[in-house]
Amino acid sequence: MTGPEELWRDALANGRFLLQRTDDGQAVFPPRAVAPGSGTPLEWIEASGRGTIYSVSWIYPRPPAPPYHVALITLDEGARLMSRVLDATPEALAIGQRVKAFIGESDGAPLLLFRREQEE
Amino acid sequence: MSDNFPRGRAAIAGLATFGIGEKPGYSAMELTAEAATRAVADAGLTLGDVDALFICQPDDFFAGLSFAEHLGMRPAYTDNNRTGGSAFMSHMAVAAMMLDCGYIDCALIAYGSNQRSAGGKLATRITHNQWDAPYAPLFPVTSYALAAARHMHDYGTTRAQMASVALAARAWANTNPEAFARGPLTLEDCLAARIISSPISTRDCCLVTDGAAAIVMTRTDRARDLAQPPVPLLGAAAATWWNAIAQADDVTVTAARESGARAMAMAGVKPADIKVAQLYDAFTINTILFLEDLGFCAKGEGGPFVESGSIAPGGSIAVNTNGGGLSCCHPGMYGLFAIIEAARQIRGDAANQQPGTHVALAHGNGGTLSSQATVILGSLDSL
Repeated sequence: MTGPEELWRDALANGRFLLQRTDDGQAVFPPRAVAPGSGTPLEWIEASGRGTIYSVSWIYPRPPAPPYHVALITLDEGARLMSRVLDATPEALAIGQRVKAFIGESDGAPLLLFRREQEE
Repeated sequence: MSDNFPRGRAAIAGLATFGIGEKPGYSAMELTAEAATRAVADAGLTLGDVDALFICQPDDFFAGLSFAEHLGMRPAYTDNNRTGGSAFMSHMAVAAMMLDCGYIDCALIAYGSNQRSAGGKLATRITHNQWDAPYAPLFPVTSYALAAARHMHDYGTTRAQMASVALAARAWANTNPEAFARGPLTLEDCLAARIISSPISTRDCCLVTDGAAAIVMTRTDRARDLAQPPVPLLGAAAATWWNAIAQADDVTVTAARESGARAMAMAGVKPADIKVAQLYDAFTINTILFLEDLGFCAKGEGGPFVESGSIAPGGSIAVNTNGGGLSCCHPGMYGLFAIIEAARQIRGDAANQQPGTHVALAHGNGGTLSSQATVILGSLDSL
């Protein structure tokens, strides 16, 4: 047995994006030991990976480092998380756009990332 | 929640700041000790009168212990709450209740940082959690930027409106000799400033300064016989809804909505009764969010409210009358400086004194819009 965080990371390393769900159907992220607010047990579900950009901020390091962004994404299941949308520009990326998750890599570790839906 | 509070029965009896701006050659603890001894003297008391210590230092997780040692105190109670810049408002709530029930007789609340002279870096090891960190948001600015971007999307708030918060702060600072950033600042300066994490530019960010602050609290009946006009604490409430910005239900609404309403209910005041408010302005969006959440304007109207000049000198509510974190000082955590400016307005010795101030609000923000705490101060006439 492992805790929820390690279980989630193991699943991600095996190509699966999991979420937790409360007994009344609320999606939960990041993984927790018990349902927030009630303390009742949580069950694991496969995430659809679909979501909508809730907010976005472009970060401008001092040149020559290029700008990059972080986005808050509301998953269709209801949970929200921070991530990044691949191949985005400040002009083209906007709140309200539909995105789809994929599992990329950063520093040798699997990392949850998103693409805009029309790019698929 | 019953929110029973000993309205007005504990008071600020003394206060002091030290080293605001640049004070090279001092450690954070030394700056804090200078402010603390001045606050005790301001009250007409001695260090030996203090029996409870409340402190939260940026760089020392055991600050309660090391500060007691530094001053040679043996406190009967030591509180080292770490909710960030709002910690000092929570300290006041706890101290007031402990004073009222007679558990303690005299509380010292202190803070200090040499952040500017120590290299300009935020002297904290606090950062984003392990879920957010791989995407490299800047701590703490990107969290506020994500809130500001959504506020713009939902309500049409503009960068010029955010800039008007910085301009109001500078206008107050320009007539406060203690303020670190004085001089002309224009809307054009703000709009041309370098974007750090959109939509937040360098001009939307608080200062990086040195500085220390301390207050002494005792029961109001005792404070009446001390050296300064007492500043009774009428209400104090803290609220925490989440820590990471990604976990907010709505990033445009902070727990200030709860802490403010509860503190005002304890104090028996409404937003319209409050003409002086010190709001923790780590970034310009903070002031807009807190004006809305504390009930000084409706949700979404904070942008037009500040743009109309409402919070600047001569406006309908005097906000951050010392120049705030944006133009007076921001030594890592600002909460205690907001409390001191509110108390000075009640005492009548503020640099930008607002005549006839009998009620003043100070609001603290901790984490990244996470921990919110509000105190309402009054004069003896408000009791």
